[in-house]
Amino acid sequence: MTKYVTLAHGNGGEENNELISKVFYKAFENEILSKSEDAAVIHNGALAFSTDSFTVSPIFFPGGDIGKLAICGTCNDLAMMGAAPKYLTCSVIIEEGFAIRDLENIVRSMKKELEINGAIVVSGDTKVVPKGAVDKIFINTTGIGEIQQRGISSNNITQDDVILLSRDIGRHGATIFVAREGMDFGSSLQSDCASLYIQVKALMDAGIKITALRDATRGGVAAVLNEWAKQSNICIEVDEETIPVSSEVYGSCEMLGFEPLNLANEGTFVLAIPKQYAQRALEVLHQFENSSNAVAIGKVSDAYIGKVILNSSYGTKRFLDLPTGELLPRIC
Amino acid sequence: MSELQLKDFYDGFRNPDVIGGLAKLINEEAKQLPHPINIMEVCGGHTHSIMKYGLPQLMPQNIKFIHGPGCPVCIMPKERIDHAYILSQQEDVILVTLGDMIKVPGSKGSLQDARAKGADVRFVYSPLDVLKIAVENPEKKVIFFAIGFETTAPMTVALIDTVIKRGIKNIFFHINHVTVPEVMVELIDSRDEHVDSYNNRIDAFLGPSHVSVITGAKIYEKFPKEYNRPVVVSGFEPVDVMEAILMLVRQFNEQRCELEIQYKRLVSYEGNLKAQQLVEKYFEKADLFKWRGLGNIPESGYKLKNEYSELDAQIIYDAILPKEEIEDHKLCICGDILRGMANPPECTIFGTACKPSSPLGSCMVSSEGACAAYYKYGNLLK
Repeated sequence: MTKYVTLAHGNGGEENNELISKVFYKAFENEILSKSEDAAVIHNGALAFSTDSFTVSPIFFPGGDIGKLAICGTCNDLAMMGAAPKYLTCSVIIEEGFAIRDLENIVRSMKKELEINGAIVVSGDTKVVPKGAVDKIFINTTGIGEIQQRGISSNNITQDDVILLSRDIGRHGATIFVAREGMDFGSSLQSDCASLYIQVKALMDAGIKITALRDATRGGVAAVLNEWAKQSNICIEVDEETIPVSSEVYGSCEMLGFEPLNLANEGTFVLAIPKQYAQRALEVLHQFENSSNAVAIGKVSDAYIGKVILNSSYGTKRFLDLPTGELLPRIC
Repeated sequence: MSELQLKDFYDGFRNPDVIGGLAKLINEEAKQLPHPINIMEVCGGHTHSIMKYGLPQLMPQNIKFIHGPGCPVCIMPKERIDHAYILSQQEDVILVTLGDMIKVPGSKGSLQDARAKGADVRFVYSPLDVLKIAVENPEKKVIFFAIGFETTAPMTVALIDTVIKRGIKNIFFHINHVTVPEVMVELIDSRDEHVDSYNNRIDAFLGPSHVSVITGAKIYEKFPKEYNRPVVVSGFEPVDVMEAILMLVRQFNEQRCELEIQYKRLVSYEGNLKAQQLVEKYFEKADLFKWRGLGNIPESGYKLKNEYSELDAQIIYDAILPKEEIEDHKLCICGDILRGMANPPECTIFGTACKPSSPLGSCMVSSEGACAAYYKYGNLLK
């Protein structure tokens, strides 16, 4: 590992994992943490518990703002463990000179998103720091949710499962980058930022047995699939042409040299569902606007354990690796 | 009426049916090849495309790819990266470069490390973004560390042109632009201490896409004529590459040895004359340019002409910039890989001591390098 922290260590990919495992896991190691789930499962499997900090720049972007993101991010981590988000804390670090009106707008988005999730903020903290000590505003949220379906875990995926994707990918990452670079493609590109518990609840209510869920935030779908392949000791084979990518996202990736599969999402999740429930799961997802194009993207095999294979539509295959290097700085 | 979308420009060039059809033709016609052929794609963009789309898996046994030296980041020698690192450490300097340079390690570390330690290092998509940085930071010296082949050189000279015309006083240049034909010659016809190309196995070249848009295909004329190596200038998309390979197969089968252009939608024989003139106005060839993995190659790089030396960071900061040569890693076989005499997995440090996150040799440095492409996409067989 390098001697200094670089932006690559926050990429949600290889360097990020190295930092977490060699510094934090090494110090804090325990049975719950080492499961590496989106949220920790505590209290004999009854509760999910998660935290996330938000530093996105720009703080207001097409499709959302840092407030909406701060609630979605933590609530989605809980939802990915099959938990109904219940209680959140909210810590805010604000740079001196920040406009109160902007702060009110951010808090208003948070309130709206909390209502969607059926959760409340029950404790908070505010710090104001001198100009330059943070970039405008950083928000941390921590949440507790009540687990509705037990046993959902990224460590239990087998060849009986099918890999599904809830919607087209890469919108958040592409939106933030385009906004940061001041590029205008004259397009309707918007972040996918959204709360996902509603969909997860619908899946559970339909009696679908869920093996694993993960929202494809930093590091994108590529990171989720690679993490799953390693955690569950499986090979995931994905058919590239099945992965939906909007033309706006594809276009900005072409311009900027990014891979949609590596781009961050904030309202898109990957599902591992037992084969017999897969069709029903898709039907449920299709009822929602932001998962109306949910699809099956691949299967689980034992071809290359711990690896993800991308099959092209003309008969070639390649490994889909974890993203490395510096991706888009501060996207969430 | 539906708007023309960006994807309309590449969709057809990734069409599975077309790729499949070309693969079938190549496999059929390659049966007539007089001997097995090794095709070097000179350009890193082609290497990336070929590996990303898994094109080697579509080739018959008697057609192999050799991944060339056409990645400007990979071939940047440690000496020059050290220059960038040292310049970035100067108190009143903002060092600006293109994003690809970020993680390339010199002997002191990468620019990413320099930035983590507090240096003001910035990455831009377009050199013209340097103007904005200079205007916003009038008290700082903004040094543009210019990299790239003939493709990006015009963007750098456009910036130089603007700086001179507007009389901007706080932008300086460290020029590291390199040129394609000289390194191609080096790979097939060189006998010096760094590169002995006597045993090179390059039978034909895929000519670069973007470089050729600027230079025109004319720069490759000598390869079929003087070196008996056919060249087909190809686009970057999988359909482009497959079509270019078919064109090469047909040249061999018909015993032709020619310069052809597959990428006709953008490349002409003469190229972009205005860009060429602007480059010639400000740049001249440096006697030698050291390439990581290949050593010094005569007239393979540009420098600012003497009359613009007041803009030249290499001259202004001459006193603090080191001149000593730094040897490449002893176990690294990038030089052999670049001449088709070895494959990345044959290197003893491939994937172990040398990885994309900690590259030792030039070919592992960026995703356009042969080793990095092998590492990232694997070399899955049929």
